[in-house]
Amino acid sequence: MTAELRDERVRSVSRLSRLLSRPELGAAAGTVLVFVFFAITAGNTGLFSAKGIINFLEVSAQLGILAAPVALLMIAGEFDLSVGSMIGFAGILIAIPSVFWGWPIWLSLLFCFAVCGCIGALNGLAVVRTGLPSFIVTLGSLFMLRGLTLGLTRGISGRTQVSGVHELALNDPLNSLFSGQVLSGPIAWLSDIGLIGKRADGLPSISGIPVSIVWWIVLTLACTWLLTRSRFGNWIFAAGGEANAARNLGVPVARTKITLFVMTAMAAALFAAIQVLVTGSADTLRGTQKEFEAIIAVVIGGTLLTGGYGSAVGAMFGALIFGVVQMGIFYTGIDTDWFKLFMGAMMVIAVLFNSYVRNRAMRSR
Amino acid sequence: MAEPYVELKSVSKYFGSVVALKDVSFDVCLGEVHCLLGDNGAGKSTLIKTLSGVYTPDEGEIRVQGKPARFASPADTRNSGIATVYQDLALVPLMSVARNFFLGREPMRKFGPIRQFDSEFANRTAYDEMSAMGIQLRDPEQPVGTLSGGERQCLAIARAVYFGAKVLILDEPTSALGVHQASVVLKLVVQSKARGIGVIFISHNVHHAYVVGDRFTLLKRGKSTGTYTKSEIDRDQLLNLMAGGKELVDLEQELTNRP
Repeated sequence: MTAELRDERVRSVSRLSRLLSRPELGAAAGTVLVFVFFAITAGNTGLFSAKGIINFLEVSAQLGILAAPVALLMIAGEFDLSVGSMIGFAGILIAIPSVFWGWPIWLSLLFCFAVCGCIGALNGLAVVRTGLPSFIVTLGSLFMLRGLTLGLTRGISGRTQVSGVHELALNDPLNSLFSGQVLSGPIAWLSDIGLIGKRADGLPSISGIPVSIVWWIVLTLACTWLLTRSRFGNWIFAAGGEANAARNLGVPVARTKITLFVMTAMAAALFAAIQVLVTGSADTLRGTQKEFEAIIAVVIGGTLLTGGYGSAVGAMFGALIFGVVQMGIFYTGIDTDWFKLFMGAMMVIAVLFNSYVRNRAMRSR
Repeated sequence: MAEPYVELKSVSKYFGSVVALKDVSFDVCLGEVHCLLGDNGAGKSTLIKTLSGVYTPDEGEIRVQGKPARFASPADTRNSGIATVYQDLALVPLMSVARNFFLGREPMRKFGPIRQFDSEFANRTAYDEMSAMGIQLRDPEQPVGTLSGGERQCLAIARAVYFGAKVLILDEPTSALGVHQASVVLKLVVQSKARGIGVIFISHNVHHAYVVGDRFTLLKRGKSTGTYTKSEIDRDQLLNLMAGGKELVDLEQELTNRP
């Protein structure tokens, strides 16, 4: 009886401290702070109108699609600096075959995903086989891919931009997967009952939810499930936490890491597919610096730079903060030059906060 | 005496011109603690690695349950019921106790077509197995980094036992620990023995070994100086047999004779 009582008490305390040591805590708190800040400074500028919300969610979604798998890779203790260049390369891989070689869009898309997956596997193999830091290996890929993109595009098209994808994609079976909108019906209904504003011509201010937002949410949920509920997730944590111990217990550390490099490369391809099909063009400079933005979102989300600890939901909050701040600064009329200063500072604060949370988690309870 | 579970018979191991082990015999029965003592460089590590399948002996043979065995790899050895708990314990500090317990051998549960980690089973089993070894966890989901040294050792031992170890090789389990934590680990050794597990306890600390050991084998410069049961030898004799005993007496003499 007494033992039971004591057990009960210990458990309830540990549940509280377990909540306090969640990796997402900082990012969730940061998101609330950012929302409150812009609700006060930009409350009546339209940032929080239906149109404004969709705008910042779209920015967040694009980054979030990258950030979820990047979070998994960073938890496994590796970086992928090549995702930004991979976006540019993937965009070209979709646009050039369709525009210059007459491939149907769906075939170009499959081609792009296959090639990017292979490059991701090469990145992973190079890291695992050489034992070099992934920071250096993928820094190499960052430059090589950008150079390859420029060289190929200029060689084939004579320019650095390939447009005209829109017309080709109109009737493609895969087009709506990447550039469509969902829930137009419910949105129209919400507009009819007055919850969403109407434009001057009587149509709702938004016509639907961009499919990229759906991708973002689905990917985040999938990565979260992988991380916390699957066997693979256990291996990810172990590979980043103590690779040697994991290897001794029979965890296929190398295979785990290579798989994650393939996932980040595929996420870059998805990012590019959405961008190319929404804008109708590919550009050799697309995706520049996205690798760093993804890392910032992941770190704000509570993932440790050293690996072994973190979450995909945290990365979603990180991406959300990114989107809100970027659009919020635009709506408040502050010079957008200040955006990067803000995000950089935010990341440094997040890193300090993370190491505090981690020390808290590791302290004897 | 019962039949040994695992037995090394006149094993020798050479590394080039270096004789790491020469004609060493060693065995352990279920439910006994056999201590392997020796100074640094005496060949303890080579003997453990031979026993755990990292090295194959150049001469002599290994027998498991009376039958000659040839270990191709450490995994092979584990499947024969011999588990080695190294000093680093193969634990991931940032992961929970339960997840460490099942790392690489995750229990899965089916939800329709989806198979996912059965954390309820993992938590319960880790908690129960640790309590069976005498350590009450506060919470099976706490990170291993929050455990004390003794508790970590317990986790590593309980895990090996749960996954079918009949013989445990403990490599210097008390060397990095303070007095209190070392006594926790010694209790774990006794507990394992009571559960019918054969323990090979490697140490250079005679005081720790003498408390828990049933038999003692001393290694000196790659050779065994003999195996003694506890009734045949007392602590001081054991200390003297270890290089340290005589040398410390000499050193003491030398220091007292100094003006």
